[in-house]
Amino acid sequence: MTSSVFQKSPFQARLDALNIVQQWTSWNGYKSAQVFDTIASEYFAIRSTCSLMDLTPMEKFRITGPDSQRFLNRLVTRDLSNLAIDRVAYVIWCNDEGKVLDDGTVFRLGENDFRLCAQHHQLDWLSISRLGFNVNIEKETDDIAALAVQGPTSFSVLNKVGIEGLDKLKPFQICQQSISGIEIMISRTGFTGDLGYELWTSPENALDLWDLIYGQCENGNFDIRAIGLHALNMVRIEAGFIMPGEDFVTAETAVRADRSRSPFELGLSWLVDFEKPYFTGKKALQAEALRPANRRLVKLSVEGNKPPADAFLYDKENGKRIGTVKSCVWSPILKANLTLSDIEFENGSCPEKIWAEIYYQKELEWKSSWSQCHVSHKPFWKNARASLTPPMKF
Amino acid sequence: MTNNLKVIVIGGGHNGLVCASYLAKAGLSVQILEARDSVGGACAPIIDNNGNKLAGLAHASYGLNMQILKDLDLPALPIQLSLDTISLSEDGSHITFANNSVSGRKISERDSKSYRGFIEEFKKYSEALDVLTTNIPPRLKDMDWHDKKTLIKIGWNLRFGLGKKLMREFLRVGGINIFDVLNEKFDDPAIKGAIAFDAVLGHKMGPRTPNTVLSYLQKISFGENNSLCRSDNLSTLLEEKAKSLGVKILTNSKIDRIIIEDGICKGVKLESAEIFKSDLVISNADAKTTFLKFVGTEYLDAMFSHRVDSIRQEGAVARINLCLKALPKDQNLEGDKLFQRLIIAPDMQYVEHAFNHSKYGEYSDHPILEMIINRVEDRGPSVNSITATISASFAPYDLKGGWGKNRNLFVNRVFETIEKYIPGFNNLVKSYELLTPCDIEEQYNCVGGHWHHGEMGIDQSFMMRPVHGSAQYKTPCKNLYLCGASAHPGGGITGLPGHNAAKQIIRAI
Ligand SMILES: Cc1cc2nc3c(=O)[nH]c(=O)nc-3n(C[C@H](O)[C@H](O)[C@H](O)COP(=O)(O)OP(=O)(O)OC[C@H]3O[C@@H](n4cnc5c(N)ncnc54)[C@H](O)[C@@H]3O)c2cc1C
Repeated sequence: MTSSVFQKSPFQARLDALNIVQQWTSWNGYKSAQVFDTIASEYFAIRSTCSLMDLTPMEKFRITGPDSQRFLNRLVTRDLSNLAIDRVAYVIWCNDEGKVLDDGTVFRLGENDFRLCAQHHQLDWLSISRLGFNVNIEKETDDIAALAVQGPTSFSVLNKVGIEGLDKLKPFQICQQSISGIEIMISRTGFTGDLGYELWTSPENALDLWDLIYGQCENGNFDIRAIGLHALNMVRIEAGFIMPGEDFVTAETAVRADRSRSPFELGLSWLVDFEKPYFTGKKALQAEALRPANRRLVKLSVEGNKPPADAFLYDKENGKRIGTVKSCVWSPILKANLTLSDIEFENGSCPEKIWAEIYYQKELEWKSSWSQCHVSHKPFWKNARASLTPPMKF
Repeated sequence: MTNNLKVIVIGGGHNGLVCASYLAKAGLSVQILEARDSVGGACAPIIDNNGNKLAGLAHASYGLNMQILKDLDLPALPIQLSLDTISLSEDGSHITFANNSVSGRKISERDSKSYRGFIEEFKKYSEALDVLTTNIPPRLKDMDWHDKKTLIKIGWNLRFGLGKKLMREFLRVGGINIFDVLNEKFDDPAIKGAIAFDAVLGHKMGPRTPNTVLSYLQKISFGENNSLCRSDNLSTLLEEKAKSLGVKILTNSKIDRIIIEDGICKGVKLESAEIFKSDLVISNADAKTTFLKFVGTEYLDAMFSHRVDSIRQEGAVARINLCLKALPKDQNLEGDKLFQRLIIAPDMQYVEHAFNHSKYGEYSDHPILEMIINRVEDRGPSVNSITATISASFAPYDLKGGWGKNRNLFVNRVFETIEKYIPGFNNLVKSYELLTPCDIEEQYNCVGGHWHHGEMGIDQSFMMRPVHGSAQYKTPCKNLYLCGASAHPGGGITGLPGHNAAKQIIRAI
């Protein structure tokens, strides 16, 4: 791929300079790094020090107008009527059949002013959904430079840079700041499960903002690394976050009717609120809730040290096939194979025993072995430092 | 079935009246709330500015379906009201369609024989489709035994009712357009024009539009004692019938909202803010009005709302009410002929060209017309008034530049057209009123002012009518049903949507 077909991020000059291995991919059309240096160093930056990641390619929509809150509440499965100004909520939204279209975050910036961030392109669906609501919807993906600063020392790094008030900023809270003449919005949000922040500013400030933060690495105060999508993928699996398009086919792109997934099937029932006003898919989901569960995306750790990538899952060794591994990672911090796996349920409940048949290579020779698996009901990895207010200082 | 359920029917169009009557007969307590000052909807008589009583918008119809007449013990329309169709020709060699045959000075023996064959053939198609029109259209997914039974009956009728050869022919012509079919069958342009007229009037279609064979079958009733009639007293008859069965009727009661609580329909709120609670609400209003206005997208799924919003429902037929100084004197329209259904659609090319304009948001340069001149003794308190009603197409709802200054221009087009076929007509016009689809939308509370409350394209028919997700008279909201022309089998004066809806409701409760 030549880089000219990619859209350039406002951070591109710095990203290009730091990328040693030149592993790029397209993320919503942007030139986005998979890896800058080595996956291991980037992973440990997130879990042990501080990481920087360009979030500009994430789809961003600005929703304003008198009906904006009602509009969003009809869009997503979660109740947003109590979402306060300067707060953020993780949300999913479904089609009429109650199948998930995407996930994302809603930022309430004002009484009638919201930002919706999404994995995938959503303008069509938002436009379809706006019928009958007095709202303005604008795609602002390209108008905003977004930077994720994540890791245990992220608070201290930003503090050092001169950003104040973060000691009081709680998870999912937003504040506005001005440093060195740059207006930024900071939200205590992220996709790593760790302590971290997302910084939002206008594209012309992007390089100055980057230099301010990365300068703390160059002047030797902190270890800070630019990270790519691969390292992010590792930590998000540890944290148990799903990735639309990876762990399931989004309803908009699914061709085969049985490929799309409901929130229940993705293990996201906590995001579905039947008490709230009507939302798209509610009727279908209410009907589904009455039926025994037929499948779930579960957090499944697999014994042993062989990577269970793309493995089939069985109810016993050489037994009945009951599912597949969707995404998986060898967690350096937990020393375990972690997966998100799609499992068929029997009579509404998860099979008690799950086995993975793993194919692996030894010097170009394929072998297979069986490993027992264990369902985890909580995120695989969780650390109190992620939600501590004020965060720990380094 | 639970007795004594309280039912509200929104709108007292003929379908609302039929549905209400069936439900009252089944023991339900039914209240009709009608926005206008009288019931009947588009078949309620119109009082013009001079106080003349004219036929409703639907001035000619085959009357209600036989089954409904029987079930509700209603009289068939009296034979005096029956109408022949006379298709006018500029040179005066008009042709007459009556009793399933065609006649006229220039009609060849071959064509008149072909016409009888054509009617025979289409009558069989119509009978094969009868199961579909008089029944709840079957779902294709999650079928219950009713759905299966209907499907089997349709299949049976098509295969064994029609026979192998005719079924093959039906499957062939069903998919093509009336233009091609008529060219295969007839030589005379006037016969083809007149048949094509019936296939397209009320639709935004031309003879070459696919689907026009089905729209023709939907429009025409081929039964023996089933001729086209003035539908004068239909609304009064139905109103009296409904009342005698215990239906309560309130006019001047315009619904503003349907009350939805937790996905369940609980009643209605009038524009006056008055609230009527009920166990069931049945809407005779069109699907767009029902879902987008009464219910509101806030209570509906996004794609469903989008589908409803995308229903093609822009009317293309205008109504002109005429007051004449005297009856036209025309040697080719003598005696009773003057009072038949006079149409202007001299050939298919003419009809297609008329339609072409509507595609681009223009009214037809040379419109297709249907006129009925009233016998003085038949109606009207002021004995001197000679009146006539005209359905004129194509007069698109979404006219480029709006209707404002185009109203007179269009009416002039209509009069100029008639003048060519009935010389001297223009001088006889004393006064007129024009109802464009926009006026019809406003006065009849129907979005788009469409004849059928929504185009009868195959994608908006049968189990897809009005839209996928609300077929079978049901809606996404529990206890809310549709019973008007928006629902299967569509518009025209048949009473079938109302009848089928009642059947579905009685089955469901
Ligand atoms: C110009 C024109 C000419 C036509 N000519 C013919 C013809 O010659 N022959 C023929 O067979 N068909 C004809 N039709 C078609 C036919 O009139 C309709 O298909 C038929 O009347 C539909 O009947 P309905 O009962 O479903 O709806 P409608 O007759 O439209 O009745 C619906 C009723 O619901 C009421 N309603 C709507 N909203 C509200 C509200 N908010 N609150 C309370 N009440 C409400 C309306 O006021 C109306 O009374 C014609 C249509 C048009 C537009």
